[in-house]
Order: sequence, then C-alpha cells, then structure tokens
Amino acid sequence: MLTKRIIPCLDIKNGRTVKGVRFENIRDAGDPVELASWYAEQGADELVFLDITATNEERKTFAELVKDIARHIDIPFTVGGGIGAVADVEVLLQNGADKVSVNSAAIRNPKLVEELAKHFGSQCVTVAVDTKYTNDTGWKVYARAGTVETEHATVDWARQITDLGAGEILLTSMNNDGTKAGFALDITGDVAKAVSVPVVASGGAGSMQHFADVFEQAHADAALAASLFHFRELEVPVLKHFLKEQGIDVRI
Amino acid sequence: MNLVIVDYKAGNVQSVMFALERLGIQATLSSDAETIKAADKVIFPGVGEASSAMAQLKSRNLDKLLPTLEQPFFGVCLGMQLLCQHSEESDTELLGIIPSKVLRFQTDLKVPHMGWNRLEKLQTPLFGGLQEQDYVYYVHSFYVPVNENTIAQSSYPEPFSAALQYKNFYAAQFHPEKSGPAGSQIIKNFLAL
Repeated sequence: MLTKRIIPCLDIKNGRTVKGVRFENIRDAGDPVELASWYAEQGADELVFLDITATNEERKTFAELVKDIARHIDIPFTVGGGIGAVADVEVLLQNGADKVSVNSAAIRNPKLVEELAKHFGSQCVTVAVDTKYTNDTGWKVYARAGTVETEHATVDWARQITDLGAGEILLTSMNNDGTKAGFALDITGDVAKAVSVPVVASGGAGSMQHFADVFEQAHADAALAASLFHFRELEVPVLKHFLKEQGIDVRI
Repeated sequence: MNLVIVDYKAGNVQSVMFALERLGIQATLSSDAETIKAADKVIFPGVGEASSAMAQLKSRNLDKLLPTLEQPFFGVCLGMQLLCQHSEESDTELLGIIPSKVLRFQTDLKVPHMGWNRLEKLQTPLFGGLQEQDYVYYVHSFYVPVNENTIAQSSYPEPFSAALQYKNFYAAQFHPEKSGPAGSQIIKNFLAL
C-alpha cells in the first residue's frame, strides 16, 4: 500500500539555502543541490524548495536552480514561492520540477488553480494554505506569507481549491510553526476528512511522536519539517524506523 | 545505441532526459517520424491529461506512427495509459496498441494516488535486479486494471497494473525517473533489452 511521506523543506534565497545548517558530512550546506542529494540518500520521500526571494532577477536564479536540482536528484520535488501565473509554472515544470506550490496567488485569483490543473494536470498542482486559529475567528486562511487574514474559513477554502483542481494541499498551521510542540492535529484532521486529495501537514514538528500523531490521529498523507531536519535534531532514517515500529507504513 | 525520446510537449521530458544523463546515456528528443523509426529504442514519457496529450500526438501524426514501431518501446505514466484503448479521463480514445482500458480510481482513499508504493508479482527482464516489495513513485488518478499483459502490480487498495508488456511495448504507471535507485535499475534494464 501507499506509504506516508516524510518531506524536508528547504528555503532558498538567491540560489542558496537559508536557515544555517550544520552538517559535518556536507561540504557546502548552503548549496541546495548538495543538501537535497543528501536528503534523498537518507530516504526522504520528496523535497520542497521555497523561493523566499523578492526580485524578478532572483526568480531567474531560482528557475536555473530548479534545473540543477532536477539534474542531480532522483526523487520528486515541489517548488513554490512567488508563483502568480501559468507562465511561471511552465518554466519551473520544463526545468524538471514535479509539482508547484501556489499560495497567495490562489487567494487573489482562485481561477489560477483551475487554469493550472487544466494546463498541467492536477497531479502537479499543490496549493499551500497558511492557517491560523483565534478564538474570535476559528481557523482562517492567511495570505502573503501569513501577514494578511483573509475571509476564508480553512476547511471551506480547502474544499474550494480541491473542487478547482488542486491535487494536493500543503497545510501550515501558523500557531504551531516554530513551536516544536507538535502539528495542529485538529485542523489537519478536519481538512484531511473534508477533501479527497492528499494533505501534507506542516508546522510544529518537534519529535518523532509528533509525526506518528499527525499520521494516525489527523490522517495526514505526508508531513513536512525544516529546521528539525536541517539542524539534525532528527534524522530521516531514525524517524522512519520509529514510525515503522509504531505500525505506520513508511518506505525504508 | 540510438535512443529517442518522443517529443510531444509532455511535462516530464526533462526529468527523463536527466535520469538518462545520470546513467551516462545520451538521448535524442524528437517528434520526427523518420528519426523515431530509425531509433534502436524509444521512450515515451507523459504526465498531464489524456485528451490533451492525444491532441498533441495527433497534431504531429504520432498517433499513426507509434503503433507501427517494432523496436523496444517504453511508455511512462501517462505514456503507458496512452498505449491502451480507451480512458475514462475525458472519455478519450487512445492509441489502441495494448488491449486494455484506463479507469478512474473509485475508492475512499485519496486520489491522486501520490507517493511511494510497493511493486509485486514482477515479471520479465524489465525488473531484473529488483525485489518484490521494492518501492517506486506514483502520481496518477487513473489506472489500468490487472490483465494478461500486466507484468507488475501495486495495490490501492485493489491490485492494479504497475507495468504492462505487449509485444515490443513495455510500459510503467510509476515514474522510474523519480524512483531512486530502483527506478534507475528499471531504466537500465529497458536499455539492455
């Protein structure tokens, strides 16, 4: 049967990985290709690369980097950050990306999701959803890197983008992100139940048990983490063996 | 060896080219009938939607050419489905090379079937060096049921065709170009046929 996926996420600025990374056996941990290759060897199931640069010039650098990544790694990867139009996606897919992740642009223009699905197929369209809970609003969707609250309730939005053709949802809980206190099991579970496409949980991973919880209790299809892996607080093979012992099906 | 990859603007051409490059193999990307006919081996990639892909093939007259080929031929993902007769995706007539139908997953499980799944009941030299239960990467919403041309299976939750062979036409539903060392081995095996 299909296994649960473990996905390290790399933030890219100007063609380099950010968030200081400490690896003894990697010559240049700032080199996304080298870091990605290492994760692939470690048994990561997929990788996500998020371009956090701002200018058009830097975006061209990112598109070149995507090609370099595709040349070197033999597992699937998703790229995201600043995608606003069909043409942006075309370049990234032609350069060898397997999936693209759209976020704010889908909120500005939900039709974009439909256009991307029609042009390239749902299988390569991931919609990233940043969500935050407050007592007053419940779980709401946030745009522009989590800075702007939108009118969308999270579960409704997840249904809407799935109907438009999203092939996967990358759900990040802003309340949990960076806390290392565990994934947001409630909203992840609600979204996973509401939609028919795979859901990737993101934000809050701090221990191996957190991964087990998000797979078993919230029925996430995949789980993503960044600094936990980059700082080697947790290594992919150790995590996967733990999950397997818990009876969770993973690729080893 | 003269290896040609069929060019019809399929999404994963670059990934297939890079996978070959990692194996130290040069390939020619072409939609030209003479070039394809003259190839020792042909790889037919594909991702995306069936009716659009068929339209791309027809606009290049490849729908007439591909069924006549006699050299070892390898269809990948949508490139496998297109070799069959009919797809439920947009009710599309396909190339009709392999006598199978392509159906949509009807399951409570998540669709697309996306991620790493196990290979079972491996047959033919295409899977030489692999073991039962080895993992490969899938992304698809439509599938070919198990039939007499099935040479490997996976389950979601019911068994479906992971790979097909009909005469010189080999095909894989999964993505060997994205399936780590197991996928590389399958590509090498095809090239050694």
